[in-house]
Amino acid sequence: MLSFGFGALALCLLVTTIAYFSVRSSILNQSISNAEARAQAVGKLVNTFALRGYTSAQEEGVLAEVDAGDLTSTPCPLDASVLHMQGIWYADDAFVFPSPTGTPPTGDVLNALGTGTGTVQSIVKSKPGAAATQVVEVPPCGTYVLTGYSLPGNTASQDAQYFSLVSLDPVAHTLHLLLAALLLAGMVTVVAGMVLGRWGADRVLRPLRNVAQVASAIADGRLDSRIEAEGAGDLAVLTSSFNRMVDRLQQRIEHDARFASDVSHELRSPITTLATALSVIESRREELPERAQQALDLLSAEVRRFQAMVRDLLEISRLDAGSVDFQMSLVEVGELVRNALSATSGAAVPLEMEQSVASRKLVADKRRFERVMTNLIDNAERHGGGAVRVSVEDGGELVHIAVEDEGPGVAEAERGRIFERFARGSIAAGRRGRGGGSGLGLALVTEHVRLHGGRVWVEDRAGGGARFVIELPLLPLGEEDEAEDDAEADVAGATS
Amino acid sequence: MASHILIVEDDERIRASMCLALEDEGYDVTEAASGEEALEAFTQSLVAQPFDLLIIDIMLPGIDGFACCRELRRQSAIPIIMVTARTDTHDVVAGLEAGADDYVTKPFEPKELAARIRALLRRARAGDGGPAVLSFGDLEILPEAGVVRVGGEEVHLTRTEFLLLCELAANPGKVLSREQLLERVWSYDYFGDGRLVDVHVRRLRTKVEPDPANPHHVLTVRGLGYKLAP
Repeated sequence: MLSFGFGALALCLLVTTIAYFSVRSSILNQSISNAEARAQAVGKLVNTFALRGYTSAQEEGVLAEVDAGDLTSTPCPLDASVLHMQGIWYADDAFVFPSPTGTPPTGDVLNALGTGTGTVQSIVKSKPGAAATQVVEVPPCGTYVLTGYSLPGNTASQDAQYFSLVSLDPVAHTLHLLLAALLLAGMVTVVAGMVLGRWGADRVLRPLRNVAQVASAIADGRLDSRIEAEGAGDLAVLTSSFNRMVDRLQQRIEHDARFASDVSHELRSPITTLATALSVIESRREELPERAQQALDLLSAEVRRFQAMVRDLLEISRLDAGSVDFQMSLVEVGELVRNALSATSGAAVPLEMEQSVASRKLVADKRRFERVMTNLIDNAERHGGGAVRVSVEDGGELVHIAVEDEGPGVAEAERGRIFERFARGSIAAGRRGRGGGSGLGLALVTEHVRLHGGRVWVEDRAGGGARFVIELPLLPLGEEDEAEDDAEADVAGATS
Repeated sequence: MASHILIVEDDERIRASMCLALEDEGYDVTEAASGEEALEAFTQSLVAQPFDLLIIDIMLPGIDGFACCRELRRQSAIPIIMVTARTDTHDVVAGLEAGADDYVTKPFEPKELAARIRALLRRARAGDGGPAVLSFGDLEILPEAGVVRVGGEEVHLTRTEFLLLCELAANPGKVLSREQLLERVWSYDYFGDGRLVDVHVRRLRTKVEPDPANPHHVLTVRGLGYKLAP
């Protein structure tokens, strides 16, 4: 909008300038040619007199006669005429140019003008028999058109020059008025243009802004957003086709989500039967022949993995459907991390906790946090040769919980990708034999941490290996009671 | 004598496999495919061999798990484990409100279910060696006899509610956290579901408090847990 305003302003100034200068030059030319014409006319007349041998007194009379109407006694005349003949200047005494020296010039127009004599003479001499014109500045009287007209006599001593001075001040005044009018009109046009343009653009763009808002709402996952039908014509077409598009999109997404959810729900019953029946066989493992035992171990491992996959898929599809109720409670960082670590299977991982943060509290879903830690430890187990250290660091309003391993680390290019669903690090591809995970572990970590208001990333561990860092917001000191109220209200709300 | 367990589950294969697994653990198992069958089996069992524990799927054709739970709870204090589709719906709380003592989520680990069963059965048999009568104003608890009286009138508590009250009564005035109560009453670790405690405390209050909204005996200690007023 502003750039449009500046553009319009610049254009307006340009047009004004062009108009002003073209009008100015045409008016000036007009004035100059008028002055020329008059000087010529007078010059011819004077010439005639001169040739006929009039006396200087008579010349004076002629001059007076010719210019009587225009001669004024003001210091800055609008009009003046001077004749130079046989070395004598003839002029009407009534006009006086204020000279810079303060002495009123008596007829010496060239001195009076204060513009070099040479110039005027050169004009006159360069064009014998014809009028020569020059625009001269006479401070403080302003701009004049000085027209010289050479009057050749019979002999060189009889040569005469006639000069006419016409003030351009009235013209300049007109031009000033014109300029002011042009500028004013230009400004008004620009401002009116901006206001009108703004109003018009607003009217036209409102539906488009609406579309943009709804589109960004949809991008944020609010798939039930629609544009309200408004007006008719082209925009109504846009609105209805946009809404139709979103309908289809929503159907598609819901269909996909439902499919994943349905599949995993359908898998729950068979996997329960499988796991339960398998446990019956497992309890009789010793009664089986050795080869059958080997087969049973393979079966057990895969059923367990299958079970984990179904569990993770169910969790992911709930997260996608936005139907996860987190069971938030107020917990101490130290307690939470220690318990989560003790719940993970496998070798104990050394825990290094900064004491300043151990007793700080945060609001978390304990069991989901335990899953996050378990998944990270499992991930280190699978791809990094096992976690070597878990550190808990005080970050002021945040806590950083890091799981470190001494494996090959994660390449820069893979650091975003490994948190995606079913994405396995390329390094890990060769190691899938060791009881692979569900492929959803890190994706779930990301989702859970995000829903706890935190974030997770992977970086290089000093000394080699990978370092998975979870950053979670801590409860500000002194707000713990209020948060507990909220947590209790959740449970009460769920049952009322 | 082996504990008698009733499994209420409409999926035939799950029921059969659970039956095998529980029989392996040495339990006496009866199956029911619907709520109606379950109620009938329960009534019949009272004559011969009463059930010690009930495992019920919430999603049942006909009378659903909630209604079945409520109906059984009206007649008996039998420990009930419900099988829910998921932990985070209101199903869990609704099931606990209906009278279930504990829950497992499908798909469950057979080991997990076995552990839950063991915890409930062990608890149901455990006898406390404390004093004969504990008195808190108008509230009287007889741990050995398993009797609770309010103002001289006996109130009927489930085993879980009774144990919860006994745990609190054993440490009068001392705050017990949800985690401690989960561990002592349900044998859960730190990651047990705190809602088990909250719902059972609420149910307990409706039975022992004159005004459950303004409890005088079982008090909530903000940010810490629960305590019994001495």
